[in-house]
Amino acid sequence: MSNFFKKTDIDTSQAEAIVTETLKNCDDGELYLENHKSESIVLDDNKIKSSTYNSDQGYGFRAVTGEVVAYSHSNDISKESLRKSSDNLKDTLKSKKGTYNHEIPKTNNKYYENINPIESKTFDSKIDLLNSVNNYLRSKGSIVNQVTANFLGEHKSIEIIRSDNQVLKDDRPLVRFNVSVVLEKDGKKETGVYGVGGRQSYDDYLKDGSWKDVCDEAFRIANVNLESKPAPAGEMKVVLGPGWPAILIHEAIGHGLEGDFNRKKTSAFHNLMGQQVASEGVTIVDDGTLNQRRGSLTIDDEGTPTENTVLIENGILKNYMQDRLNARLMGTKSTGSGRRESYKHVVLPRMRNTMMLSGKYSQDEMISSVDKGIFAVSFGGGQVDITSGKFVFNCTEAYEINNGKIGSPIKGATLIGDGPSILKEVSLVGNDMKLDPGIGTCGKAGQGVPVGVAQPSILINKMTVGGTKL
Amino acid sequence: MIKDQEFLKDIASFCIENSKKLGAKDVGVKVIHSVSENVSFRNKKLDESNRADSFAVNLTTYIEKKKSSINSSDLSKPNLEKLIERCIDATKITPSDENNSLPDKDLMSKEIRDLNLYDETHYPNDKKIDFLKKVEETASTDEKIVNTEAGFTENKNNFILANSNGFLGGYKTSNFSSSCVAVSRINGAMERDYEFGSTRFLQDMMKPDEIGKIAADKAIKKLGPKKIKSEKIGVIFDKRISKGILSTLASAISASAIARGTSFLKDQINSEVFPNSINIIDDPKIEKGLGSQNFDSEGVETNSLKLVENGILKNYLIDTYYGKKLNLKSNGRSGGTTNLYFENGSLSFKNLLNSEKKFLYITETIGHGGNIITGDYSVGASGFMVEDGELTYPVSEITIAGNFKEMFKNITLANDLQMKYSTNAPTLLINQMTVAGK
Repeated sequence: MSNFFKKTDIDTSQAEAIVTETLKNCDDGELYLENHKSESIVLDDNKIKSSTYNSDQGYGFRAVTGEVVAYSHSNDISKESLRKSSDNLKDTLKSKKGTYNHEIPKTNNKYYENINPIESKTFDSKIDLLNSVNNYLRSKGSIVNQVTANFLGEHKSIEIIRSDNQVLKDDRPLVRFNVSVVLEKDGKKETGVYGVGGRQSYDDYLKDGSWKDVCDEAFRIANVNLESKPAPAGEMKVVLGPGWPAILIHEAIGHGLEGDFNRKKTSAFHNLMGQQVASEGVTIVDDGTLNQRRGSLTIDDEGTPTENTVLIENGILKNYMQDRLNARLMGTKSTGSGRRESYKHVVLPRMRNTMMLSGKYSQDEMISSVDKGIFAVSFGGGQVDITSGKFVFNCTEAYEINNGKIGSPIKGATLIGDGPSILKEVSLVGNDMKLDPGIGTCGKAGQGVPVGVAQPSILINKMTVGGTKL
Repeated sequence: MIKDQEFLKDIASFCIENSKKLGAKDVGVKVIHSVSENVSFRNKKLDESNRADSFAVNLTTYIEKKKSSINSSDLSKPNLEKLIERCIDATKITPSDENNSLPDKDLMSKEIRDLNLYDETHYPNDKKIDFLKKVEETASTDEKIVNTEAGFTENKNNFILANSNGFLGGYKTSNFSSSCVAVSRINGAMERDYEFGSTRFLQDMMKPDEIGKIAADKAIKKLGPKKIKSEKIGVIFDKRISKGILSTLASAISASAIARGTSFLKDQINSEVFPNSINIIDDPKIEKGLGSQNFDSEGVETNSLKLVENGILKNYLIDTYYGKKLNLKSNGRSGGTTNLYFENGSLSFKNLLNSEKKFLYITETIGHGGNIITGDYSVGASGFMVEDGELTYPVSEITIAGNFKEMFKNITLANDLQMKYSTNAPTLLINQMTVAGK
């Protein structure tokens, strides 16, 4: 039984009939229903600046034949609205004929509990904690110029009705807690940002005073940056720290290995399957099955169970990430990577938790091997041009390395590289793989979805550092 | 079909009445309906069609100086009643803030002028398809073009903004946009570029062959880029990205950044921030303007503002809340700038390119490397070398870096301003930036 048709003029079996009738000459498609509740509470400048509760519900009706996708979405779940969408889809695909692919794997796995994190912590206690964060950070001294902290919690229920009356469901909790602090010393201002999150309740991340660790880390980063000198400009060796810096992997090669760009041959990787694209010792996976991780999903947004997909094994390109459409057109299977931001968006192949696995070197060995270079510990965001392969990311905590020793912190700088060649420049892979703290959102074609990354420390032989000091 | 004003007004009034009944002292509400139809093509074949029909209610309730908000896409009255109750409950237990309030009554917009923002023409999908066929035909003429994508989107919006002080206003807007992305290839290496047009009225849309040709020409020109040596050099920003300088300015002079003390332009009001030849205007009342509006997102009247006059910073962008913090009145910029632009400079594009022997000409930047607090700037870039006034070869995999405070003071504008987006700038030169390459 569906929960979506209560209080509407249509019942589940009528909806199923419309789906089956609409998709009868199509290769694929479904009615995707979504109920999304979210809450945001923001403390800024010593005050609770906003508290907002969002309630959104709607459907996205999709019909696919050949390469063509027809999509219609609305937040009006009614007979008339569904009929109108159905007509719209049929009209777009009127000259096409396909055969519906019924096959969709089953799963009994679950990677998170069905809890509603918004309701599992009281509004009062959230406000109290935000005020505690403010007081705690401001008690660190008058150099604390500004504190922002926020809770972002959501609960999403989805139902996928396929032709043949197959119904797939998932309930997804997600939270994020973020702290940003601005410090001022001798007229210089710098920011430090840190956050934690995943698919559990807030208290799983914040209990026993662990929220103070989040504050301390934001404070530490801002403090380091107060002492920062202008960053160097030019090509040099770069050591990346473990964990969150893996957004390098996400940008540099992750996007380039998404099925759609390779089917369309617009990715710089489209003709490199089976070839050496990274140094030996580099293995990269995209895993949707890690418990409670931000990028994990029990089933993807087409109903396919997620899996741990090996992308690069010992330097060799093994797999792309696939949704059903691109998998069908490329003669392979979905890897459970079909995702959408909401019912308002079409499905695209996307990353989940993208990870480079550990090698055998210590971080000390890497740093002591560098005469002149930088050590990058934390990043803001990144971006990639899929076609040319060029990608960037912005350091938010980095240091110079001189003669094998870590030196002064340097100002935030952009690092730029070339996706298909960067992994061949990875000369050492560390033994210290770490997951990111659960804060990533990936943007593609205007759609944001939660993702995770992980990596050990790595040494890159040559990257361009975009500082101001020549 | 887009819902009419009466339908939206009815919901807005329902929200205000119910909120007051449940204990709200003040209420602000926005009700929106939008219908969007998009068709996209790839390599001369239909790729996707997408129809969106969306409602939204955004409601904020105030009790004394306490405030809370809800958003919903379900306009049914039982659902709204439930959410309003939740909103009031949250408002009651949210700590108060003396700056929370509806805008001053005397600042509210009094009349709605027809700014020519709505074209009722419906462009059926068959017509969109014909348009896109022409775009892609032109884009794929050259054999170096190996992939093309083109899209056409038609948007119709209607909204009502209302508050418990008696303000109620809204109007329809429309938007037509079309784009083409072309991928070129030579010796196995690919480049991508695009062209994009967006208008309020269908009749003002760029011609399809023009969109296709520009995208293809740009993608072909980028083939075979070189990485250059790190050096200090004058950087020219193409019109597609020079507007980014204005977006940075807008963030840095927003009342929130100023009041929070997190802007590199804090305390710079009435100071020289740009060379004295530079004027920057934000004008909400341009007919058919992509950023035009009658009032801001709180209902406050908006008028043209000179943000920078003869290089001197004259105005912040002020909303009600942060205005109170700064002891300033809202100037109708809740929601940001409207149609923001640099007044033209004095040099022609050609003369700007010839003003030095060598420049780097940037057509695209990637990454989010601007820091509004410190003014530090570092982004990935690609473009061309300019030698003796001519574009000589494409350049990529480099970064450009500097600090906005110095960059602003070293700007020279060309006189080729076009009103193509809501924020517009002519081609501009910034002297002496650091380029990192080999």
